[in-house]
Amino acid sequence: MTGTKSILVIGGSSDIGHATALRYAKEGWRVTLAARDLAAAQRNADDIRTRSGVDTTVQSLDVLQTGQLAGFVAGLSVLPDTVVCVVGELGDQLRAQADPELATTIMRTNFEAPSLLLEQFALAFEARGSGTIVGVSSVAGDRGRASNYYYGAAKAGFTQFLSGLRNRLALAGKVRVVTVKPGFVRTKMTAHMKLPPPLTVQPERVAEDIYRADVTRPRDVIYVARRFWLVMTIICALPEAIFKRMRI
Amino acid sequence: MPTVALPGRASAISDPGEIRLAGWGNYPKLSTELLAPQSPAGARDDLLRWSGVIARGAGRAYGDAAIGTQSTISSRGLNRMRRFDAATAQLTVEAGVTIADILAAFEPRGFFLKVVPGTKFVTVGGAIAADVHGKNHHRDGGFGTIVDSFRLALPGGEIVSCSRSENAALFAATLGGMGLTGMILDATLRLLPIETAWLRQDTRVAGNLDAAIDQLEGSASSTYSVAWIDCLARGAALGRSLVYLAEHATRRDMDGLGSDLAPFPSPRTQRLSVPELFPGWLLNRASMRVFNELYFRRGAAHQGKQRLVHWDPYFFPLDAIADWNRIYGRRGFVQYQCVIPLERARRVLADILDRVSRRGDASFLAVLKQLGDGGGPMSFPLRGYTLTMDFPVSDTLFAFLDQLDALLVDAGGRLYLAKDARQSRATFESGYPGLAALRDIRQQTGATTRLVSHLSARLGI
Repeated sequence: MTGTKSILVIGGSSDIGHATALRYAKEGWRVTLAARDLAAAQRNADDIRTRSGVDTTVQSLDVLQTGQLAGFVAGLSVLPDTVVCVVGELGDQLRAQADPELATTIMRTNFEAPSLLLEQFALAFEARGSGTIVGVSSVAGDRGRASNYYYGAAKAGFTQFLSGLRNRLALAGKVRVVTVKPGFVRTKMTAHMKLPPPLTVQPERVAEDIYRADVTRPRDVIYVARRFWLVMTIICALPEAIFKRMRI
Repeated sequence: MPTVALPGRASAISDPGEIRLAGWGNYPKLSTELLAPQSPAGARDDLLRWSGVIARGAGRAYGDAAIGTQSTISSRGLNRMRRFDAATAQLTVEAGVTIADILAAFEPRGFFLKVVPGTKFVTVGGAIAADVHGKNHHRDGGFGTIVDSFRLALPGGEIVSCSRSENAALFAATLGGMGLTGMILDATLRLLPIETAWLRQDTRVAGNLDAAIDQLEGSASSTYSVAWIDCLARGAALGRSLVYLAEHATRRDMDGLGSDLAPFPSPRTQRLSVPELFPGWLLNRASMRVFNELYFRRGAAHQGKQRLVHWDPYFFPLDAIADWNRIYGRRGFVQYQCVIPLERARRVLADILDRVSRRGDASFLAVLKQLGDGGGPMSFPLRGYTLTMDFPVSDTLFAFLDQLDALLVDAGGRLYLAKDARQSRATFESGYPGLAALRDIRQQTGATTRLVSHLSARLGI
């Protein structure tokens, strides 16, 4: 019986955060959603409670206020068994090139803030001797491209942070780190984009794969959809002299 | 160079975009701007910003009802459930939540919906807008009867609560109002407690139309009743049917039938799918005749024996075949669903079936059901019999359906707007005397010029 387990989703107003929390709730896990937009998080929490019958709460958190992250973790009434961080912002690449403030926000939102927050959870989980940290990064972090290199660079940083954190915690003991690299996901963030159907998944698919990688079939790094692993392997294998001239 | 778009590719950003949209019948296909708001507030903002606009749920209306003349607002992003009170069985959900979503979450907890249409893949907003009916309409009424209240975004941007006590005229006109009063944002429904997931089904064989109607009329004590008619049977066998009667099975019923089935078995997820380009010519008289013969022999074998049938195949047999609408091929099909008042039903239904069987291109099967009084001025049901048939679109089809319409108008019947793609204004106006009430409300709220679907433009609503 997993009824006493709990999950905290950072970025609980997002579609992937919502789907992930609901997946765990269906297995009886208690859910907390943390988000800056509390009304949107409450809408998701209501949905999860109504569908699953599981106790679901919301917490206010602005991850960009990095000075408050340690206090946030220390102040949690229950330290969760799993924390999933889905914080991210695609941003507008063209605008970011001309607007250093926007570029900074994209990099802080996708790399700096999630990394600093998950370090706090790593410390708390280590002290307890158990826990899983799930970081949702992106295939965009596998190779920098003209169309989104602030976002991609920040996600690359986050991927490497998770890799290093996993390495440190694996040497020390029982805390696990899972890196999730979604490709195309049909969400609010991509609602305005044309996505290629064979490579595009619903948030529920990401949620299912996260649950599996955490609980039923533990993994370190997963691509969603899985075939994106092959796509990215090919893209990463292209010589820079060719890659730099491609529009992908 | 390859043009694979990866996440975040700036040039992949598209306009919300003109697209070609069709209903479930794949006819007609029309151009519209498709908007996809992600919250009720976003839907209200889109409604305020656009004209020639209509809300669209799961796209299960067959014709042109959910295609705006300029823009169409999808409710699929309004897919959150808000609250459930187990003591009163009241459930509040956003408009884009489907009946399948509700059943997936609540059937394991012992709740069902008292009124369900023939597919579970419709949204709650769509079910209200079409005031859909089930196999128990003659006893229990339409979908509106399980709706306690909803919030409606008016074209001016105002959001109003509607119930039988608050904005009652707007509430009633929205039932069956085809989205033309405003956009439904969320709704509070009452669920039906059930003891098991099973139905106790009786199958009766009716040799012709009169026998089928006798069976349906004689089954007033049954909660659910429906007749499946073999459209190809002619002469003395015209209208031969299998009549299915059913009740929700209690635990005691299951014990009585000596069943060792689980009261709530876990769902089966396997679904068949029809290939994208199913050639329409595979549907011909010979193949349909073979299918119908097999269907009737199988049904007749069950006659007189009570069987336990799971709610999913009982209520939603076609949902097991994903995209079954593709079997009619590229040109699409029209589902013709009419209702004939009780006193004229036998004669007019016989006339319609006779013409259909002579023409010979109707679907495998037609469905015959009893209906009771409608819930709102624009609700489709009236006390009588409703007949439903599919016809592949062809060059001669519309003239033929016009002939059926003439029989219908003469008998005081009407066509179901959720299925309609082609009726004339005259047929529509003669069938819906409640139209004046809807037009009045549309004038008052400014909807007349702002909320316009291809259906409302075609029919002058």
